Amino acid sequence: MDILYLLIPLSVVLVFLIGAAFWWALRTGQFDDLDSPAHRILLDEGPPDSGQETKKVGESPLGSHRSD
Amino acid sequence: MERQAAYNYDVVRQFAVMTVVWGIVGMLVGVVIAAQLIWPDLNFGVPWLSYGRLRPLHTNAVIFAFGGSALFATSYYAVQRTCHVRLFGDGLAAFTFWGWQAVIVLAAVTLPLGLTTGKEYAELEWPIDILITLVWVSYAVVFFGTLAKRKVPHIYVANWFFGGFILTVALLHVVNSMEIPAGWFKSYSVYAGVQDAMVQWWYGHNAVGFFLTAGFLGMMYYFVPKQAGRPIYSYRLSIVHFWALIFTYMWAGPHHLHYTALPDWAQSLGMLFSLILLAPSWGGMINGVMTLSGAWHKLRTDPILKFLITALSFYGMSTFEGPMMSIKTVNALSHYTDWTIGHVHSGALGWVAMISIGSLYYLIPRLFGRTEMHSVRLITLHFWVSTIGVVLYIASMWIAGVMQGLMWRAANADGTLTYSFAETVKAMYPYYGIRLLGGVLFFSGMLIMAYNVWKTIAGRKPVDTAIPAVAAAHG
Repeated sequence: MDILYLLIPLSVVLVFLIGAAFWWALRTGQFDDLDSPAHRILLDEGPPDSGQETKKVGESPLGSHRSD
Repeated sequence: MERQAAYNYDVVRQFAVMTVVWGIVGMLVGVVIAAQLIWPDLNFGVPWLSYGRLRPLHTNAVIFAFGGSALFATSYYAVQRTCHVRLFGDGLAAFTFWGWQAVIVLAAVTLPLGLTTGKEYAELEWPIDILITLVWVSYAVVFFGTLAKRKVPHIYVANWFFGGFILTVALLHVVNSMEIPAGWFKSYSVYAGVQDAMVQWWYGHNAVGFFLTAGFLGMMYYFVPKQAGRPIYSYRLSIVHFWALIFTYMWAGPHHLHYTALPDWAQSLGMLFSLILLAPSWGGMINGVMTLSGAWHKLRTDPILKFLITALSFYGMSTFEGPMMSIKTVNALSHYTDWTIGHVHSGALGWVAMISIGSLYYLIPRLFGRTEMHSVRLITLHFWVSTIGVVLYIASMWIAGVMQGLMWRAANADGTLTYSFAETVKAMYPYYGIRLLGGVLFFSGMLIMAYNVWKTIAGRKPVDTAIPAVAAAHG
């Protein structure tokens, strides 16, 4: 089963890439606001600015404004 | 940048219309081969019409021509609308359309001629494989280029699903199609024996997972909320759904190789990952269906929602059935029987086709400056015809498959087999008949759709919606 020496490392590399994408999404604030994006697609004119994208690295991206 | 004021709907329109066309072609071939299983003489002694050549034509046409065109159309539409920006690279987007159509036409010519690599769902020979790679890389550039210049900072969850699907399919296609040419129409896989089988089903199952699942989930996460006029039930759950699905999908493939030369631990690993997949799949299914929570009455009057929600129900059914069939003891009965065919069609007709049809009924009028399809009654008719078709199809295949499995394993007291293989084939006749009826019904539904689409767009001018300026504040 030499093929597993290709497929398993490939999967591991892929998991790291997915992890990197997740890390990127987390650090750039993609998960800061998990309510308004669902509504935004329904407003074709575009919604008011939610201001979330100004969050930067260093702040806790999750949980800081859970109650809004 | 002056042309950036409107969305690029040209390529969306092209793919949307071709989805209907290829749906009809692919399902017609499916009906023909279903009939051939009952009446083998229907190949008329013509090699090009023989079952072995038409079957890959059917699978390629429905998966890559019909499903692929639907994915191109909806992903190009959703990514523009959710990013508030015109599609990146008009020329490249046009190339993906014409290139993909060329792949389909080449498939329709070469497969009946018997030119095939023999790898399921990857039958096309190496020159076509190269063309697919070029088109797919262009697709990725267009899609991610559009994401990169988005005006809305948040990337909507549907785009994550579409993006995951595009990247993974690129990887799967390149690894599985590694082959050494031996002339223009012949090649040999670089892998051999069980190694080849492992790569093939690593590809094959992930093609189901990413092409037929992740891509269409992207469609679901955009079009279900849009048609329902309500946000997705839980946006948090949709994020969890995405990451859980892509982290766990990759190793389900070995369940296609239970009780083969594949090492036992690899088979068990495949079974384990298949069982794990039930959780994210059902999370997503519940998330989609519950979007209608508090507005269930809309299901009574809106046939497009009927399509979308029924699609999710079939998604839930087949993602329960799949993990169950991957359990080795169940697989010992179900493998190589028509149960597998029923399972595939529960996913392919019930989930993939119905979510695409519902999305297209939402999409097509909007691409031609109308608010709804020519006839809503015809959509309702289409819905019932195709739902009855799917149910007949999968119920007959459940019965046929379990019967086959039981007849194959039945043994007499002295250890000899109770039934000859021909006897098990003969027992299939009535179920193959019901399956054909189900297929004909589903196919008829596509003809109703084609008529409705024709009446909707005939004489209408294509309309490219202007991009709203409000979001530019995000810049």
